[in-house]
Amino acid sequence: MTTTAPDPAASTTTHGPAASTATHEQATAHEQAAATALPTQRRISAEIAAAHEAAGRDPVRSPHPPRDFAPYRSSALRHPRLPPVRVPADPEAAELYGPVFGRTDVTDLDADLTRQHTGEPLGERITVAGRVLDRAGRPVAGQLVEIWQANASGRYAHQRDQHPAPLDPHFTGVGRCLTDRQGAYRFTTVKPGAYPWRNHENAWRPAHIHFSLFGTAFTQRLVTQMYFPGDPLFPYDPILQSVTDPAARERLVATYDHGLSTPEWSLGYRWDIVLDGPAATLPDPEEDR
Amino acid sequence: MPLPTPSQTVGPFYGYALPFPGGGDLVPAGHPDAVTLHGRVLDGAGDPLPDALLETWQAAPDGGLAGRPGSLRRDPVTGGFAGRRGTDFTGFGRVATDADGHWEIRTLPPPARAPYLAVCLFARGLTHHLFTRAYLGVPAGEVASDEVAAGEVAAGDAVFAAVPADRRDTLLARAVADGRTYRFDIRIQEGPRGEKETVFLDFLAARPAAG
Repeated sequence: MTTTAPDPAASTTTHGPAASTATHEQATAHEQAAATALPTQRRISAEIAAAHEAAGRDPVRSPHPPRDFAPYRSSALRHPRLPPVRVPADPEAAELYGPVFGRTDVTDLDADLTRQHTGEPLGERITVAGRVLDRAGRPVAGQLVEIWQANASGRYAHQRDQHPAPLDPHFTGVGRCLTDRQGAYRFTTVKPGAYPWRNHENAWRPAHIHFSLFGTAFTQRLVTQMYFPGDPLFPYDPILQSVTDPAARERLVATYDHGLSTPEWSLGYRWDIVLDGPAATLPDPEEDR
Repeated sequence: MPLPTPSQTVGPFYGYALPFPGGGDLVPAGHPDAVTLHGRVLDGAGDPLPDALLETWQAAPDGGLAGRPGSLRRDPVTGGFAGRRGTDFTGFGRVATDADGHWEIRTLPPPARAPYLAVCLFARGLTHHLFTRAYLGVPAGEVASDEVAAGEVAAGDAVFAAVPADRRDTLLARAVADGRTYRFDIRIQEGPRGEKETVFLDFLAARPAAG
């Protein structure tokens, strides 16, 4: 044996490499313990209820999830403890402008996730369409919309997803398009499946499509997830429930739109998106007061 | 007025969707004016984030903020990525961290009067992205200390000046000896030995009152 147990005194009385090693080992052991003894759904659901109740008492209600949301366990070490610094109105700030994209950045096939391989993917073919607006209600035109999702079985084409559901050789699950002059986007894809994860015991994500959006300003950047109406997994999911305002949560759920369904071809879902944040091209809300 | 769509975490599986080849190469290799900005993203235990995504946005060296399309320029024959045109500076970078939490971009220096890159951070476990800035204003060896460097930047920059003085150093990208490479680490939380949490910026504060 060349290794010995770390000297407990070392981690409390020194600040050298020994302390560093002990701290790291403790963190690792803690993570392993947490991974082997997952909390129950009952506990996570109770934590969600408590967080929602606390948020409901806050007079200033943000549509966005708090970054410190304990039921979503991965947030514990990945949220700032200090509040963000509120920036003064600075018309010169680069963030009031943003990256632009054009016809060289997408190909026509990118918006059809069912035609990216030599055969057709399995699953329920769907059309997802809607508009992207800014917080003044104006269309966000010519901007990039990117999506990614699991296949119909709930499996991502990602090495890290190894849960026992089949990959589909005819489906990757990545799409992108530019909004048109009315801010409209449209994708053809298959309905993704629900899938398990290890946030807690018997944790399942409701079916969802990830969206990434740009406005005219970097401040309007949004990455979010679109859900399907009526999914029974909603109340159990700490990621959807990280949005503590129930009305805001509703805005993450698409609407089934029979008019968007195509006979003998696909079902239609409509989902409009509103980007938050100031932009150089938007009136300053402070001036309206 | 419509109500904003809430943010949701980027999750762990964006890796085959959002990063693209050359996402961190805003200028061609060997460009004489290129600077390299790199660093690590660390959590509250001091551990690297192997699944974070960074985006950068900046003014062109002449101060222009109009940007240019073509960051994700596609090859219509294969459907793959063709790479950016060397003649167009898009101002936009996107890179994922590696297993060490490390990321790196190669770009043109921002203008001297606004010497920063806007940085947007996404990660599994992060419910809503975070904005910060990497200030590249001070070439190595030209100032005595971080304090002096921070003072010089604050004098010309309203956002930097709004940051409490004892936290400003977290926004300074540190130049190494060659003067063309800058280090910018991001700590989402205070580290286990008191390393400072990076300053993050709130641009949504100007939200109109709920009506």
